[in-house]
Amino acid sequence: MIHNPSFLSVMIFGGFVAFTLALSFYFAAKTKSAAGYFAAGGQIHWFVNGVAFAGDYLSAASFLGICGTIAFYGYDGFLYSVGFLAGWVVALFVVAEPLKRLGKYTFADALNSQFQSRGITLAAGISTLVVSVFYLIPQMVGAGSLIKPLLGFPHEVGVVLVGVVVVLIVATAGMVSTTYVQFIKGSLLVLFSGILTVMILNRGLTVDTTELANSPQTMVIKKDGTKFINGIPQGQKEGQADLRSVGHLSKLPGGKTETGPLGPVAYLAALQNSEVVLWSKKETTSAEGDKTMTWTPQPTSGAQVLKPGNSPIFKGLQKDQLFARLDFLSLMLALFCGTASLPHILIRYYTVKDQTAARLSTVVGIATIGVFYVLTLFLGLGAMTSGRLDLTDSNMAAPLLAKSFGETLFAIISAIAFTTVLGTVSGLIVAASGAVVHDLLTSVLRWDLNDHEKVRIGKIASVVVGIFAILLGILFKDMNAGFLVGWAFSVAASANLPSLVMLLFWKRTTKQGITAAIFVGLISSMVWILLSADTFQKVYGYTADQAATLAKVPFSQPGLVTIPLGFLTLVLVSLITTGTRTNPASEQDTH
Amino acid sequence: MAGLDHGANFPKEVEDPVLSARNARYGMILFLIYLAIYGGFVGLNAFRPDLMELTPAWGLNLAVIYGFALIVIAMALALVYCWLCRARR
Repeated sequence: MIHNPSFLSVMIFGGFVAFTLALSFYFAAKTKSAAGYFAAGGQIHWFVNGVAFAGDYLSAASFLGICGTIAFYGYDGFLYSVGFLAGWVVALFVVAEPLKRLGKYTFADALNSQFQSRGITLAAGISTLVVSVFYLIPQMVGAGSLIKPLLGFPHEVGVVLVGVVVVLIVATAGMVSTTYVQFIKGSLLVLFSGILTVMILNRGLTVDTTELANSPQTMVIKKDGTKFINGIPQGQKEGQADLRSVGHLSKLPGGKTETGPLGPVAYLAALQNSEVVLWSKKETTSAEGDKTMTWTPQPTSGAQVLKPGNSPIFKGLQKDQLFARLDFLSLMLALFCGTASLPHILIRYYTVKDQTAARLSTVVGIATIGVFYVLTLFLGLGAMTSGRLDLTDSNMAAPLLAKSFGETLFAIISAIAFTTVLGTVSGLIVAASGAVVHDLLTSVLRWDLNDHEKVRIGKIASVVVGIFAILLGILFKDMNAGFLVGWAFSVAASANLPSLVMLLFWKRTTKQGITAAIFVGLISSMVWILLSADTFQKVYGYTADQAATLAKVPFSQPGLVTIPLGFLTLVLVSLITTGTRTNPASEQDTH
Repeated sequence: MAGLDHGANFPKEVEDPVLSARNARYGMILFLIYLAIYGGFVGLNAFRPDLMELTPAWGLNLAVIYGFALIVIAMALALVYCWLCRARR
């Protein structure tokens, strides 16, 4: 679809970016030491840190990806919401306080606190870099999706713009500016999601039975890039056409045509008893290389929309397919275990003063994030029935939902969504630059750096990671942000969680066991992903049937195999090497 | 803006190992409770998705009620944990 930028959107967006940059430059003058740059000197208040957790965690995947998946397929997107929130239980009850106790700047600090092993630091540093890069991809893709309707620029310009702004934020004041950008973003995201939800409920549900709303649509993309909509050249001038926006109900309970304002429970109950028009997509490529996409309306009962198994990712759940079920279990396990394994989340524990503050900030984080995830179901279903969905871009569902309430709200929500990307990408780049400077250069390569040099190299590392993120954001532009984040969680959970948990709860853990578990978890999960049907289809460009034949692993999500493999590796290697290393817990007692 | 000078690191806290062990024990119990509830949700979705269509209350199906419940229970257990950890020895 062609989206026209508005002056108001550009002004609000520009105001947000200017404010975040001004904040960063203000803090830059106050952040001189490595402790200040990488961990905000441990002086962030627990409440600010808690909301910043939300700002860090509620990424483009949560806001754009989940809302888009719910808007296109119904309940399946909400499964991500549940999994993402559940992961915080592991973070609070298992990881938060010990991590704060053991670490200083990076995730590797905590793992290595009792061993002083270069192998552990190398493994954890590499793992941090890989997970951060995996997580960066969907954020940058989300940024590109946003910039098209907001400013009218192509996807690539959006990705470059986010990259430049984020590098400026991180390179100026590191964790301090990142924390406050995340705090502001977390607050605004939850506040405006709440406002949007109230407006959705106040609007209620209406039926659209017009012939036009229920007609199929076709887009042909010629080999030279020109596009035709229903046989007419795409454009907004006379003699041209564009795809229609969609999203409506075809029936309401009791034969009504509109409900009027509804409460939250009544809204969901009414939708469950209605009929919603979803759109199925069919894609073919001719011998000449012309690509044809056809969208066909599929009237679907609300009860079907609000149960699992409608999306391409989870459709096997309703077909009694064992591997589809294992794929689902694998994803939900990765979401549960992944949160407490994400380096950019873990380093937030070093920005508060003590374990009590770590605990309290996690509780604030869970409350803020939990409220947001409850709202995602209303936002997604509101987008599904808003009449504003862009069939070519699920990531745009939430901003376009806001547009259905007017240009001002669209401008604000788009700017918040953009700040969402800024907050998360900033955190990821701080984590990555910390791993480069503190883990790889100082600890592994034994570079003798003073505080000033650590900060300077950290800033250079931020720029390099930022450029890398820009390139990946352009390369993966057509993928759903929520789906991509699932991969990042799988890699993080497979590589990091076994070591972290076993270090805390198994006294026979050795440094060789930790190093091996990280490398095995990291490599096995990445190889699994690269050989999966999803990757063959969505990255290598094969059709679904070809991808299913070419895939070398039985299901696409690796966690169910690679997380236990990480634990198993750690136990076996620790048992084998236990003679070379005394029990760290008992050794600590003797010192 | 006093309090926003983030240059120096905060001094390391003095830890009470007995309190830390107690908190870890509470954390593990609450974690296992949540794991059981989450496991039930994932298992039902994976192996009996048809049960998620049942509408036990408020005109909402089990999928929606159970999903919301998991989010609310996580928040409630977090508060319980906070309360347990605040109690002095």
